[in-house]
Amino acid sequence: MTRWVLGLGLCFLWAPVLLMAGFAFSDARQPFVWGGFSWRWFVALAGNERMLEAVTISLLVAAGAASLATLAGGALGWVLGRQGGFAGRGLFGALAAAPLVLPEVVTGLALLLLFVALEQVTGWPRGRGMLTLLLAHASLGAAYVAVVVQARLAGMGRQLEEAAADLGAGPGTVFRTVTLPLMAPSLAAGWGLAFLLSFDDVVLASFTSGPGATTLPLLLFSQLRMGPTPEAHALAVVLLAVAGLGVAVWYGWRRRA
Amino acid sequence: MIRALATAWLGLLVAVPLLVVLAIAFAIPDAGLPPFRLPVENGRWVEGNESWTVLTEDGFYLAALLRSLVVAGATAGLCLLLSYPMALGILRAAPGRRVLLLALVLLPLCIGFVLRMAAWVGLLRDSGLINQALLALGVISEPLPMLYSRGGLLAGMVHSYLPFALLPLYAALAARDTRLEEAAADLGAGAFTVFRTITLPGSAVAGAAAFLLVFIPAAGEFVIPAILGAPDALLAGGAIWQEFFAARDWPLAAAASVALLVALLPPLLLWQRLEQRR
Repeated sequence: MTRWVLGLGLCFLWAPVLLMAGFAFSDARQPFVWGGFSWRWFVALAGNERMLEAVTISLLVAAGAASLATLAGGALGWVLGRQGGFAGRGLFGALAAAPLVLPEVVTGLALLLLFVALEQVTGWPRGRGMLTLLLAHASLGAAYVAVVVQARLAGMGRQLEEAAADLGAGPGTVFRTVTLPLMAPSLAAGWGLAFLLSFDDVVLASFTSGPGATTLPLLLFSQLRMGPTPEAHALAVVLLAVAGLGVAVWYGWRRRA
Repeated sequence: MIRALATAWLGLLVAVPLLVVLAIAFAIPDAGLPPFRLPVENGRWVEGNESWTVLTEDGFYLAALLRSLVVAGATAGLCLLLSYPMALGILRAAPGRRVLLLALVLLPLCIGFVLRMAAWVGLLRDSGLINQALLALGVISEPLPMLYSRGGLLAGMVHSYLPFALLPLYAALAARDTRLEEAAADLGAGAFTVFRTITLPGSAVAGAAAFLLVFIPAAGEFVIPAILGAPDALLAGGAIWQEFFAARDWPLAAAASVALLVALLPPLLLWQRLEQRR
């Protein structure tokens, strides 16, 4: 019984995605209409400069936002995991977790209003674009990084750090040679998570991005309102192939390890 | 040092933006655009902000909020209904294959959720794949209107949110003690009786947390209803969006955001308590 539902659920998850991928190879101009086999939409995708530019912007913003989020989220997670009680810890924890649970529309609106108010008061940031988008994505990503890092620090206890301190290492040395290497896997996982969040985001980008900073999801979203295009199908195949390859490599590496 | 920097980060990018929203929700729109002024003159509160009157007296916004909560509840319920058997199904597979099955659950996410919604549009619309197939088979004589319907919206919502319920539920069920279930089965209880009397009560807290983990973000969802939902039946996220981008009424958009947050506060606090109990 559970096996049947599992199969049904996987079909439900995969059917729209696979059908979309399949019709990428159709010669027809309308999406989801079969017109014979053709590679033409992949060729069209490779020559679609707006789409390629949007992919570049998305990759740049995602990488930058993920890196900033890892720095900030690493600090947040370390404070939550390693600095026991301090005045205002409850508020600190609530604010660190807030972006995880706030509706994206509210977060987006709040960040935009912040940027507008800041510009009025200080003259910075000038308008909206990649920088404001990067900050918005970093603030969301940092919350996720903080959760992962805090969980890792909570799970491994303090014995190693205490041993290092007993053997005469100063706080800076303990952090650099013990805590940071132990945090590293969670920082890497957090970076990946923040990257994916940024790469797939429509709502925060709609509020905080500006002219010249149209990300891939923003472009696809505006195109979808006009109706889906066959090039989007080809893009789905490319993304599916990249992710599938990634999972296959990871799975093979895991089985050997 | 690190704590001071982390506090500054939270203050600038989390606390201050929320306070700005709160301030603008009560501000007077002079020319409809910023700068706004707070309704305070000579240290006294003055009338002038109409956002809250509009929000509470125009049934449009309350209806949108109510619709959001209903759609979010239905989405979370369906996700939970699917997640339980799916999580148990994965756990019954051989340990080596579980990771593969989890990867199969997560992989469809990788094409990004705008493209997944595009796929649903392609399936559901009047000239879409489902209608093409049904027409060709002669089951129907004219296309069923599925795009912009309640059912179509729920299909897209569940498709997007299922992993959010499935993964935490899977983690909780994987950590459970199965000896009670084995004992019950040995004593002659059927599979469903075992589930109803042991598995379900034992994982009720995790199940409720998974429900809320879908319900809370789904209640504020904007993009999926914008693509698959009926244009004349706005949800809360869409109403905020429209006030901000189309009507350009920033104070009203901010007030609607505050109202949405207040409505989500009880489920949020409940979720927090459930997480602490685990």
